[in-house]
Amino acid sequence: MDLFEYQARDLFAKHGVPVLPGEVVFTPEEARAAAERMGGKAVVKAQVKVGGRGKAGGVKLAFSTDEVVEKTEQILGLDIKGHIVKKVMLAGLAKPVDEYYVSFLLDRTNRTFLAMASVEGGVEIEVVAEENPDALARIPVDAIEGVTEAKAREIVEAAKFPAELHDQIVATLKTLWTVFVEEDATLVEVNPLIKSEEGKIIALDGKVSLDENADFRHPDHEALEDKDAADPLEAAAKAKGLNYVKLDGSVGIIGNGAGLVMSTLDVVAYAGENHGGVKPANFLDIGGGASAEVMANGLEIILGDADVKSVFVNVFGGITACDAVANGIVQALELLKQKGEAVTKPLVVRLDGNNAELGRQILTDANHPLVQQVDTMDGAAERAAELAAAK
Amino acid sequence: MAIFLTKDSKVIVQGMTGSEGMKHTHRMLASGTNIVGGVNPRKAGTTVDVDGTEVPVFGTVAEAMEATGADVTVVFVPPKFTKDAVVEAIEAGIGLAVVITEGVPVHDTAQFWALAGAKGNKTRIIGPNCPGLITPGQSNAGIIPASITKPGRIGLVSKSGTLTYQMMYELADIGFSTAVGIGGDPIIGTTHIDCLQAFQDDPDTDAIVMIGEIGGDAEERAAAYIAEHITKPVVGYVAGFTAPEGKTMGHAGAIVSGSSGTAQAKQDALEAVGVKVGKTPSETARLMREIMAG
Repeated sequence: MDLFEYQARDLFAKHGVPVLPGEVVFTPEEARAAAERMGGKAVVKAQVKVGGRGKAGGVKLAFSTDEVVEKTEQILGLDIKGHIVKKVMLAGLAKPVDEYYVSFLLDRTNRTFLAMASVEGGVEIEVVAEENPDALARIPVDAIEGVTEAKAREIVEAAKFPAELHDQIVATLKTLWTVFVEEDATLVEVNPLIKSEEGKIIALDGKVSLDENADFRHPDHEALEDKDAADPLEAAAKAKGLNYVKLDGSVGIIGNGAGLVMSTLDVVAYAGENHGGVKPANFLDIGGGASAEVMANGLEIILGDADVKSVFVNVFGGITACDAVANGIVQALELLKQKGEAVTKPLVVRLDGNNAELGRQILTDANHPLVQQVDTMDGAAERAAELAAAK
Repeated sequence: MAIFLTKDSKVIVQGMTGSEGMKHTHRMLASGTNIVGGVNPRKAGTTVDVDGTEVPVFGTVAEAMEATGADVTVVFVPPKFTKDAVVEAIEAGIGLAVVITEGVPVHDTAQFWALAGAKGNKTRIIGPNCPGLITPGQSNAGIIPASITKPGRIGLVSKSGTLTYQMMYELADIGFSTAVGIGGDPIIGTTHIDCLQAFQDDPDTDAIVMIGEIGGDAEERAAAYIAEHITKPVVGYVAGFTAPEGKTMGHAGAIVSGSSGTAQAKQDALEAVGVKVGKTPSETARLMREIMAG
């Protein structure tokens, strides 16, 4: 889960990373009240989870309360690369004398953590990495030892920070590492980390990504979720405990296992090339169990998607036997009927693996008018694409 | 021969007395695995009747190894306790720890992986968030359904469980030496490369199927490794061509960020070193079939 800047700032403040005062507001009225608390001067910063907001007019300086309100009005509602601004952060003013970059992140390739640091902050770090790779220090961090005093010194020296700032930056790195570990983050990035006129090191802007697998030890992380941004179907699916992602095509997909479902999307898109470019409408993994209830919940979400023209149920019976899955489909259709949600879209079902023959027979006997069976994954994808294109 | 797991492997189950652990202990025993014990500190000294087999429960991995000579552990404990369970297995120095649990925090995985390295890599880790591995006809450590395939001479390595099953089923008539599900998390123990090398060295494996998916650069690095070190034929499949950037596709590690981790990049890297890559799982199976037919 990626956080907004103000959420990152709050986490930094909680752990003692030096930050400027900041408040998030949703309306010009709230901005007025906050500006008065902050003494009338602030930077008004659009809160969107995308880079380049400065260039898009999403960051403005204000030197009076009226000006804070005015700038807030200008920024709220802006469209920044497809993200509509719904809130702004009012932050304290600081004059950076210098701008640096520091981050901790997961290094998948080396199966450990990585510290990155540069004296060339304030710009996209990808650009620095590309154009001047020597200016970006990359230091591996052992997951058990973490960022010790010695490790922090190593990072600071590798990045060639000015000597008079070493102690301050070392302390900041150690605190940022605490944020990274104690909050179960996969990314903690400060860009820019500034040196103020007074010679103080301050984290001016930050990016934090949290590991949702660790939510069990962070009950407070749930409040950080951006419930506004979720697609309504994705939110409904999440409430039912389903692993669902909305896509922009017209073939609804249900399958078991993340890899198989990803593969199903590809095979449908591939088949769709012969049917006017029909594409998958979603990713939905109902897991290994595939009980009637989970199948019904999944079908309900997918049939509730107005973009869906046909549905492809692709199940490989591994641990679960296909006869149980077939019974699940039959019962799911019955459950939906009882709820008054008539199924009007064609379903193509492919069952393979354990007890596939039994499962297919159950669907044949049920003889549902909208259910068609195809025995292979490629053939079923072809049929589902054809049906979606015909609608 | 096979890789990592044979009929001689003595397997213990951490979390055996939980519902998932019990269900799969039953299945593993039924498919011929030599299950020598379970681990649960609260039930140490008792035995559990699994379909007529009395399986002893030990307090620690070390005690189980001491008493039974166990060399493989399969970990079914919930995510909250997975790190402690794997750390215990590593400290005990067991040869292979197969971590089935899904939803393990990546900081926990990073820590037990670092510990395994600090202990001199005496413990091979497979997973987490994986279906485990099977050497058909000999032993099954994890949740792969044994009934879908039979022994043969193809080696399989895959990030995905259900795609592993699909491939084993499609090629059931030819059969497999060993199939390894390495898992779809951002940090995993055993990689594609580890399995490729083991299959290369295994006299009972003639050809290798490698299944990858979006996220990370493991497939690209495997491609480079194949060019240098693998002489046996390799057939590949990559899932996730239609996955949009920034959306996690089920597995925590299956996410395309920026230009890296795309399915196309992985396919291109594999094809560039002469690996035949199927467009669908079935086409991939056909490519392997052609190779095995000579």
